[in-house]
Amino acid sequence: MSSTVGLILLIVGITFDVIGAIGLVRLPDIYNRLQAATKCVTLGTCMILLAVLFYAGFNSIGIKALLCIWFILITSPTGAHAIARGAHKCGVKLWEGSVMDKYAEDSEGAEDKA
Amino acid sequence: MKRFVHFLLLLGIWILLTWSLNWQDLLVGVIVAFIVDLLFSDIFPIYAVKVFTPKRLFWLFIYVWVFLYYMVKANFDVAYRVLNIYMPIRPGIVKVRTRLKTDMSRTFLANSITLTPGTLSVDIVGDHIYVHWINIVSDDPAEETEIIVRRFENLIERVFE
Repeated sequence: MSSTVGLILLIVGITFDVIGAIGLVRLPDIYNRLQAATKCVTLGTCMILLAVLFYAGFNSIGIKALLCIWFILITSPTGAHAIARGAHKCGVKLWEGSVMDKYAEDSEGAEDKA
Repeated sequence: MKRFVHFLLLLGIWILLTWSLNWQDLLVGVIVAFIVDLLFSDIFPIYAVKVFTPKRLFWLFIYVWVFLYYMVKANFDVAYRVLNIYMPIRPGIVKVRTRLKTDMSRTFLANSITLTPGTLSVDIVGDHIYVHWINIVSDDPAEETEIIVRRFENLIERVFE
C-alpha cells in the first residue's frame, strides 16, 4: 500500500520537475525562468522526498527526507529572492514584452535624489 | 539562554540526521553544534518561541494548509503557462504594501509570495515589497496589494506578529 502511494508521488513529482525544466528553457527572461524553477522544482522535489518517506517508513532514511523537505521549503524561495535581486541590481533587463517595472523606476528615482 | 536554545535545536537536528545515539556520533554532534552556535547564534530569531501558544499554533496549522493549497495551484498555473503554445504571460514588477512589522513575519510573507501562483518577491524596501508578477491583471497598486498580499497577510499576522 505505502509503496503504491510512494510510486504515485514519485511520478507526480517527476512530472512537475520536468515541467519546471521545460519552463526554464521556454520562458523569456531570468525572472520568469526563476518563477518556473522555484515553484515547480520545489513542489516536485518535495514530492519525490515524500515518496522516499513512504517507501522507507519512519527510520533514518525517512527522517532525512522529511528534514530535506523542510530545508528546501525554506531555502528555495530565499535563493530565488537573492538571484532575482542580484540580477536586477546588476542591470539585467526584463523581457521586452514586460508591462511595467516599478523596481527600476523607484531605484532610478532614489539615485536622482542622491 | 538564547545560545542554549539555539545549541539544543542544532543538536536535535544533528541527532535526527544521524539517527543514532552512539556516544561517538553524539560527541561529534556536540562539537559541531557548539561551533555553529558560536558563529551564528547572533542571527537566531529567539522571539519565534512565542509561536508556541495554542491560539498561534492553531493559526499556524490553518496557514500551512492554505499555503499548500496555493503551492499546488501555483504549480498547475506554471504548467499551464509553460505548456501552452502561445505562452500567455504578461510579466512585470509591481510594488505592494505590507503592514507586517517583524523580520520573521516578513520573511514568511515573502517566501509565501514566491511559492504562490505567478508571483516572485524581488526585494523589500521599507514597507513595500517588489514582486515580479508573471501575469499582471490590473494597473492599480491597491488592487495588486489586495490580490497578492491579503491572502497571507492576515494569517501570518495572527501567527507571527
